[in-house]
Amino acid sequence: MAETPLFKVTIDNITIEVPAGTTILNAARQIGGDVTPPAMCYYSKLKNSGGKCRTCLVEVAAGSTADPRPMPKLVASCRTNVMDGMIVKNITSERVQDARAGVVEFLLINHPLDCPVCDQAGECHLQDLSYEHGAEGTRFEFSKRIFKKHDLGPYIQLHMTRCILCYRCVFVADQLTNKRVHGVLDRGDHAEIATHIEKALDNDFIGNVIDVCPVGALTDKTFRFKNRVWFTKPVNASCNCSKCSGKVHLWMRGDEVLRVTARKDEWGEVEDWICNECRFERKDIKDWTIEGPVKVNRHSVISQGHYVGLKKPNETFSKVMNGRNPRLLMDIHSVSEVNKPGVNLAAIKGPAHSTDFDPPKKEISNE
Amino acid sequence: MEALTQRSKPVDRSPMTWLERIYLWNIFKGMLITFTHFFKKRATIKYPEQTRPFSPVFRGLHVLNRDEEGRERCTACGLCAVACPAEAITMEAAERLPDEENLYREEKYAAKYEINMLRCIFCGLCEDACPKDAIYLSETFAPANYSRKSFIYGKKDLLIPNPVTNKEEYDIAKGLIEKKKKKS
Repeated sequence: MAETPLFKVTIDNITIEVPAGTTILNAARQIGGDVTPPAMCYYSKLKNSGGKCRTCLVEVAAGSTADPRPMPKLVASCRTNVMDGMIVKNITSERVQDARAGVVEFLLINHPLDCPVCDQAGECHLQDLSYEHGAEGTRFEFSKRIFKKHDLGPYIQLHMTRCILCYRCVFVADQLTNKRVHGVLDRGDHAEIATHIEKALDNDFIGNVIDVCPVGALTDKTFRFKNRVWFTKPVNASCNCSKCSGKVHLWMRGDEVLRVTARKDEWGEVEDWICNECRFERKDIKDWTIEGPVKVNRHSVISQGHYVGLKKPNETFSKVMNGRNPRLLMDIHSVSEVNKPGVNLAAIKGPAHSTDFDPPKKEISNE
Repeated sequence: MEALTQRSKPVDRSPMTWLERIYLWNIFKGMLITFTHFFKKRATIKYPEQTRPFSPVFRGLHVLNRDEEGRERCTACGLCAVACPAEAITMEAAERLPDEENLYREEKYAAKYEINMLRCIFCGLCEDACPKDAIYLSETFAPANYSRKSFIYGKKDLLIPNPVTNKEEYDIAKGLIEKKKKKS
């Protein structure tokens, strides 16, 4: 087999050599940092993904050394292969930034912006994208589209209003499971992710649709409303699983395993697909071998309140007081209703309800 | 050394005059100052009976708000807790059941909501962070108490009374009724 020739491509004045056939997006990812275009629909582990969301638009200032004319329109970098001598502008181009702001505005037109309720908040790609490129307010004056609620079984919660139709979950079902039962129904404004007949998604690897979903449209029902992402502590863990690699992130509160997800890389893509059993059934700390804390980007909200590199001062009280320990004036668990030792959130199958907490709801609400 | 300020005066060691020697004159001068204070505006108030008006931006005890239908506004999004520099706020969320739609505004609500008033520094960042207008800092103080346990404020202590079922209490909490009583 002939060696694939290396192409020289310049992205935002940074030159890199990549093998022929690489897309602009992947070349930019090899450089890393700010020059990487955001991608909502492209997923490197899924074949044929990309080209739908248009957030990765870049300007090609020169097509190649052989034909150095610029491309007339902005191109989707996830679907455009590099050519030798190509010059790409991403963050250095006004046009790209303007177009991306427009794309974000369109993506948010029908998005309910219910981030306070959404479980994806804090690790949502659309949230990050809107923070970077979105406008402060909306110019959309009409009511947003709504859908009939669709039940996808006991594990996966579908919120169709949040969906941006990236098709990643469809590709997951096509490429990882042996039978796809959900897809995009209808067209245009009515297009929705659904099963044609009310049907539960219960394939062995179908839980991965939760990880690939860039927004909160598909979320983990076993984690639903349990806690906010940034209050849980992610740790690397593994188990001996016969179906998958067993390498996961556990999202914990104390010793409770509130959520299990696949490990994600810096682009928010999973490293190894995990099976449904690991994701939904193994919510006990004893099932897992913990390897250590996950390195979270310091700018992420998830790292908030995670005190790393903390040096605790030596406790001198008992030394000074001849071995007497300070008197504990209040044990918070004797007063606090939150995180009661008796209530194990991880053991509850679905979202917690008023019936799961004591005192029952009447004491709280009827003032 | 040169004097650093104008204040220091050399001690006057000259012999006392007759007026100074009888002392009474100086005592009278002092008493005159005391006496004029009887007719000046008082700096203090009789606190429990009288209260000073709070500034409208005063940051006092927290209240959890309800909407006009009496449903709790809080959705337990955790933004107040993440904004809190003292880490005083904790909460636990739950999903609203179908028959609880008149109690909670959104699909998700705070089943438990606690503020540790011993930790709270009344900075008001929770109020700023709240996307649902659910938490407000009111114009009252957190009352003093003898036990530490009573400073863990749960939803029972924080929620404003229901404006639909308990209008009077709600108006008192809002400060509407008390003002009327004073006028009449």
